[in-house]
Amino acid sequence: MKKTYKIEVDCANCANLMEEAARKTAGVAAATVNFMTQKMIVEFAEGQDAVQVMDGVRKACKKVEPDCEIFL
Amino acid sequence: MQELLESGLLVVVTILSVVLLLMGQKKSSGMTRKQKVMLWRILIATVLLLGLQTLGAEAFDQLGAAGRWIRLAVHLIDYLIIGYDILKKAFKGICNRQVFDENFLMAVATLGALALAVYENGEYLEVIAVMLFYQVGEWFQSYAVGRSRRNISDLMDIRPDYANVERDGKLEKVDPDEVDMGSIIIVQPGEKVPIDGVIVEGTSTLNTAALTGESLPRDAKTGDEVISGCINMTGVLKIQTSKEFGESTVSKILDLVENASSRKSKSEDFISRFARIYTPAVCYAALALAILPPLVQMVGMGLAPAWETWIYRALTFLVASCPCALVISIPLSFFAGIGGASRAGVLVKGSNYLETLSQVKTLVFDKTGTLTQGVFEVNGIHHSDLSDEKLVEYAALAESASSHPISKSLQRAYGKEIDRSRVTEIQEISGNGVIAKVDSVEVAAGNDKLMDRLGIAYISCHSVGTIIHMAINGKYAGHIVIADIVKPHSKEAIRQLKAAGVRKTVMLTGDAKKVANQVAASLGLDEVYSELLPADKVEKVEALLQAKPEREKLAFVGDGINDAPVLRRADIGIAMGAMGSDAAIEAADVVLMDDDPLQISKAIKISRKCLGIVYQNIVFSIAVKLACLILVAFGVANMWLAVFADVGVMILAILNAIRALRVQNL
Repeated sequence: MKKTYKIEVDCANCANLMEEAARKTAGVAAATVNFMTQKMIVEFAEGQDAVQVMDGVRKACKKVEPDCEIFL
Repeated sequence: MQELLESGLLVVVTILSVVLLLMGQKKSSGMTRKQKVMLWRILIATVLLLGLQTLGAEAFDQLGAAGRWIRLAVHLIDYLIIGYDILKKAFKGICNRQVFDENFLMAVATLGALALAVYENGEYLEVIAVMLFYQVGEWFQSYAVGRSRRNISDLMDIRPDYANVERDGKLEKVDPDEVDMGSIIIVQPGEKVPIDGVIVEGTSTLNTAALTGESLPRDAKTGDEVISGCINMTGVLKIQTSKEFGESTVSKILDLVENASSRKSKSEDFISRFARIYTPAVCYAALALAILPPLVQMVGMGLAPAWETWIYRALTFLVASCPCALVISIPLSFFAGIGGASRAGVLVKGSNYLETLSQVKTLVFDKTGTLTQGVFEVNGIHHSDLSDEKLVEYAALAESASSHPISKSLQRAYGKEIDRSRVTEIQEISGNGVIAKVDSVEVAAGNDKLMDRLGIAYISCHSVGTIIHMAINGKYAGHIVIADIVKPHSKEAIRQLKAAGVRKTVMLTGDAKKVANQVAASLGLDEVYSELLPADKVEKVEALLQAKPEREKLAFVGDGINDAPVLRRADIGIAMGAMGSDAAIEAADVVLMDDDPLQISKAIKISRKCLGIVYQNIVFSIAVKLACLILVAFGVANMWLAVFADVGVMILAILNAIRALRVQNL
């Protein structure tokens, strides 16, 4: 399952950090952060609850870039 | 003099932030709340700093012993107003083991300078000013990037907001997503066609500029297919939708362009790798700068160590080292390039493809549909015992199952409805032709090879064109000559490609040698390979790939029909005239919306321009950075200059990146 989320992040490098953090979150199969369109595309692993996983992704992203925002 | 300059700069910042705050009141400015808050902080900190500067250190000295500490406290407040978030981020970074980032650099540099100032009871101005100008730079970066991001997105915005559906005799605007396939929608003059479909009523002219970059409007009448994203210019159209919104051309294109910048190019990879080594390296270099020279002076030469000088230089070194200009401008350049290209009707599926496209030195063309119109016309019928109409009828029926342009032209020449029930036992022999039973008569239609294969003697033709030999019940029945027309801009396109630096142009075709050579000669192509089966084309491309040096890339241009394997095999596959053709959009890396061959040279020129800008930004930013670092290490430049260099390079790089968007006149 793939879902797209709107995000807010100020710098391209921070977006890369977010992408890395999201990829490492449990339950995420693949993640891409598009800085230019300010979007995050997350592919969830089989049988995972998107809401729960995104909570983890958001926490992980806040950790690497406190200024970022993910609109769930 | 220096003081005057510094005060002048602070006044400029004050005025600028007031003006920007006023601008921010308007909705159209697009400033985020965060940016406005930051502006207020900048304004307050600047005014406070100006006040403290005019007051001067003497005012505090009059307060006696406590004066020094009151002065420190007031400056500290100012420092925290402007820089508390940086300190917080740096602290969080350390907690999360993300030590080396620009926040850390700034925090260490300013706190270090602050400590020196406290120790000497010296100038606090510099500490606060450095933080202030860093924040001003960050603000501009965030604003400029946000602004250009939105500009580019707006330019690419071909997404229709609504569709008109007739309900109970009234027009209703609904979300295009809610329109079912096969519904009737109404498009009024000036509106965008929201969903792909067929016109059931009305005539109009359509503006396809947003899709193809072609400014000439197209006529559309009842029965024509229309694709979403076109703008209806004159008449009211009733359209029966043939796809859902999500499957329509406009959605597909948007999807493609929006995801394009997720595919990173080598230059972008280089930058992120570079940033990963660069920041720690600079930190260690700064540490070495702070410790080694004093030690050498003290131990090696027996001089005073001058710790303060070298620590100050090390801190300035840190300030000068921020890699922001690089990190921000490279993806922005690619994004602008892809955006500009899509405006010109060239869809590039990723930054990496844009980069490869710029290195193309060998261009391989498919002939039919790419250089020629692919609209064949029956030019003549020779040596036939049957009446011409009868022969064409047989040919059209035998080829009725094929979607090859030649079969299509036979069917057009026949001109009547094709009754498929008359045709049985169709055998398509790839690259040869067709054998089928028509009205229980055995018909073979194909080229020389088919006749050889069947062992039928045939008469060769003198005319240039595609020759379809016909055999009926195993007996030769003459041939039909079909000729293709070269596209009007093909020759000009080849010339422009050569001018743009493409070294070798090659044409591959399944067509007869005579036709192929004639077309190649008239267009000025370097090499031509004819009479190829689809599989041979892949082999030829592989041979060409082997023959060229690694750095020079090979592109294949086709119309997306029958050449998907070749499109994939080439370094970069370009599909032409792809409006509405899903297979081509799928297989190719670059999709040209229009079928004008001039678009190919345009695509290459756009990529060259974009990559040129990328390299300019890389070289320019790194060069200025290095120069600054060296100047700082030798004590020529101070912290002011370091911050200016950082902010200035960044803004110039962003402005340069935006240039990639302007591709209209290439």
